[in-house]
Amino acid sequence: MILFLFILIPVLGAFAAWLSAAWNKKLPRWIALMVLVFELAMATAFWSEAVGDGSWYVTFIRPWMPRFGISFSLAMDGLSLLMLILTFFLGALSVLVSWNEIKERTGFFFFNLLFVLAGITGVFLTMDLFLFYFFWEVMLIPMYFLIGIWGHGNRLYAALKFFIFTQAGGLLMLLAILGLYFVHAQSTGVFTFNYFDLLNTPMAQETGRWLMLGFLIAFIVKLPAFPFHTWLPDAHTEAPTAGSVVLAGLLLKTGAYGILRFVLPLFPEASQYFAPYIMLLGAIGILYGGKLAYAQTDFKRLVAYTSVSHMGFVLVGAFAFNELAYQGVVMQMITHGISTGALFMIAGSLYDRLHTRELEEMGGLWPALPGMGVVTMVFVMASLGLPGLGNFIAEFLILAGSWQAQPWITVAATIGLVVATVYSLRIMQKVFFGVSVREYKLPDLSLREALMFVPLVIVIIWLGVYPQPVINTAKPATPAVAVHFTSK
Amino acid sequence: MSATDLLSILPLLIISGAAVIAMLLVAIKRNHRVMHAFTVLAFILAFLALFLQPGPLPYELRPLFVVDAFAMFNTGLILVAGLSVLFLSYSYFEQREERKEEYYILLLLATVGGIVLVVSQHFISLFLGLETMSISLYGLIAYLRARERSDEAGIKYLLLAALSSAFLLFGMALVYAESGRMDFTGIGLYLAGTATVPVSVVAGFGLMLIGIGFKLGIVPFHMWTPDIYEGSPLPVAAYIATVSKGSMLVLLMRFYRDINGYEYTILWWVIAIIAMASMFTGNWLALLQQNVKRLLAYSSIAHMGYILIAFLAGQEAGQEAVMFYLVAYVITSIGAFGVLALLSDKVRDAEELSDFKGLFWRQPWLAAIFTAMMLSLAGIPLTAGFIGKFYIVAAGVDAGLWLLLILLVVNSVIGLFYYVRVVAVMFQPLEAPQRKPLPFFGVFALSGLMVLLLWLGIYPSSLIAVIRDMMLTMG
Repeated sequence: MILFLFILIPVLGAFAAWLSAAWNKKLPRWIALMVLVFELAMATAFWSEAVGDGSWYVTFIRPWMPRFGISFSLAMDGLSLLMLILTFFLGALSVLVSWNEIKERTGFFFFNLLFVLAGITGVFLTMDLFLFYFFWEVMLIPMYFLIGIWGHGNRLYAALKFFIFTQAGGLLMLLAILGLYFVHAQSTGVFTFNYFDLLNTPMAQETGRWLMLGFLIAFIVKLPAFPFHTWLPDAHTEAPTAGSVVLAGLLLKTGAYGILRFVLPLFPEASQYFAPYIMLLGAIGILYGGKLAYAQTDFKRLVAYTSVSHMGFVLVGAFAFNELAYQGVVMQMITHGISTGALFMIAGSLYDRLHTRELEEMGGLWPALPGMGVVTMVFVMASLGLPGLGNFIAEFLILAGSWQAQPWITVAATIGLVVATVYSLRIMQKVFFGVSVREYKLPDLSLREALMFVPLVIVIIWLGVYPQPVINTAKPATPAVAVHFTSK
Repeated sequence: MSATDLLSILPLLIISGAAVIAMLLVAIKRNHRVMHAFTVLAFILAFLALFLQPGPLPYELRPLFVVDAFAMFNTGLILVAGLSVLFLSYSYFEQREERKEEYYILLLLATVGGIVLVVSQHFISLFLGLETMSISLYGLIAYLRARERSDEAGIKYLLLAALSSAFLLFGMALVYAESGRMDFTGIGLYLAGTATVPVSVVAGFGLMLIGIGFKLGIVPFHMWTPDIYEGSPLPVAAYIATVSKGSMLVLLMRFYRDINGYEYTILWWVIAIIAMASMFTGNWLALLQQNVKRLLAYSSIAHMGYILIAFLAGQEAGQEAVMFYLVAYVITSIGAFGVLALLSDKVRDAEELSDFKGLFWRQPWLAAIFTAMMLSLAGIPLTAGFIGKFYIVAAGVDAGLWLLLILLVVNSVIGLFYYVRVVAVMFQPLEAPQRKPLPFFGVFALSGLMVLLLWLGIYPSSLIAVIRDMMLTMG
């Protein structure tokens, strides 16, 4: 039941926020904040009580469309739990980020924000493939509105591109899901979309490979991996700050989650077959994304391309098939969500003050904004993988793991760290150091901003210094296939 | 005819009787309100009469009609669709200059034709139903004579429909000449008994397909659709899109089933090519339309293509998918045209994309309904259109129609582009929002359709169960 509440509360909150706007323009943001803080508290409380006996903490199943063997089936293990906590944490922060940024149609804005978070929560919890596709699509529409209504200049183009890319991938996944459904029915006579039943479906080698590609394309479009990444810079750049935070911090993670949860366990043979190619795509993404990030002059666009680069590590790690890399991927999902989310928030705060995102028009801001400079420094260092911060642990684990599988690809991926150093330092250089273009007199961090950034800094340092609780939680959730090929 | 016979086609009799009484009502005194109320009442009575089914189903009225669960369901669908159109019609016609009362007579007559089509199992009743409906539609399409494109649309439909009827008639004659039968099951028996089907019968089927394809508006018989949609009054366009096309589709399903059409590969391929062409042509031409009526027309061509895929998938799942998709399609089409109708004013229809600019901030509720309808047409979850599309894909995967499904996916993505574009226009910022008061019944009907749309999108099991039972007991 608690799993159902995780989804239901944001949905109800969404409608409450929308309706309350007619009464008072400031009410929706308070409702949204309270809903998400409550959810975060609920999830954290659950975490502190969750003891590691067996991999599934709790399940919830109700029949939905028995004609097709579709059930409303939710379940939570360590991976889902970590993703949920990340969702609500970043969700609450994205409400704070929009506190003053969104002035028009606040009710509808927070409706969409809560709705997209509800969809993401559903994606992380569902154990029925039809329901998964359902939530996968439900995330899209509110995100489309967030970008399309409250975005910047070229917002309609960006929103449409985002929508069409992900929808096209999604439809291929739908075909693959249905293919799997009928393959399963043919060999067992049972028509079901249930994840646990579909595991270990016997199928012909070639069928398995085709179906796996259907799933994989949907996930690597969302991730996004080279060459399907072109929607991402547009969507990130034009979205309002909260939209960018949710996109980078959470929506991209649904792609990574899908790979870990569905692609690897459902198609072990095909995954192993395609693994070298996919890892290669990941390595290309790391280098190519880093190179493009370096070439950007727009703050948000730069951060967007760093996402392409960081998500490359997820692909490399997920298809290395060993425990180290798997843990690294989970860590990477969390730390990237936090560090990139933070960088987008910084971009938003700077835009608030300077009304520009152009790096060339910034520079020399440190004297005016020392507080923000420190925060930026922390996350820039996190982004380049400085030891002591969460991203280092994640990338180190991934590289250590993938070395055992594909040494040469790992070498390429490691070079990505150098690229990361270059583009990350460039942010500091261009924004806070150098010559001040104009003599800015700007207010430093407000109380609200401090409330946003301080928890982020604490979390990223905590993850860098003491990541063990996260690893302990994720460990029982590791599917057997993800580490099955260690000896190979 | 016994009392049971009469009772079993009571809805048909009620609507036919209502058409006659309506004519007398006009002769006594012209009153738009009374006329509208009377027609609504007739539709409601006819709908309630569906539940007075006397005997066990299927009940045959030889040789023309058969009343089975399938026919009952579709009669209900036609009546509900007609009723929704009626709710939207009052305010739309009230603000016009022309005389309004005859519209309702024609609508009743067209509905008679539609119901005859779904219960017919004989060439004669097929042709009678088709012509009753077509002739009423000529009048309905050109009803608002003062408008520039009305006459054009009316004449165009008249010529093309007459031509296609001629094809149909000639096709039926050829089939009859060879087989000596005019009832569907009889033709099925004849086909089963002949080893090689004579050329003239194949030609007959081909000619019939032209006639049916014209009514369905599938490529290459689709040319009329955008012009007719654009030229006719909006409630009439909604009616053509749903009742006219729907009843023809139902007839095709029955005919195909009775003659065991699934056994003939050549027929399968012809329809498959038509389906592919319809999807691509419809979606491609819809892409850059600035006129929402034309956009909906092209999108309806594409949707007929999707339905044909389910139709080709055959078996149980395919037929169920056709029915579910048809229901979803009827709801969304009436909903979409309904929004247009409510936004139209005295002078012109709200049909340009620019008329929808900023609708979200002007008429939030109407915009929400229109968004839901567009998303359903695009097949996005939480709407009936999504479940419908899922049903089609499931049936297709089951039947192994991979080529058609890949094309369906490609087309869905193309379709997404223009549906979402309409939604995007609605939330563009608007300088000076001016609100127009909305008629209660229209908003009521549209809200009802939206609730239905979401209900079927979230909890489709109830409708699926009904359709499943119905297909199993089809006569």
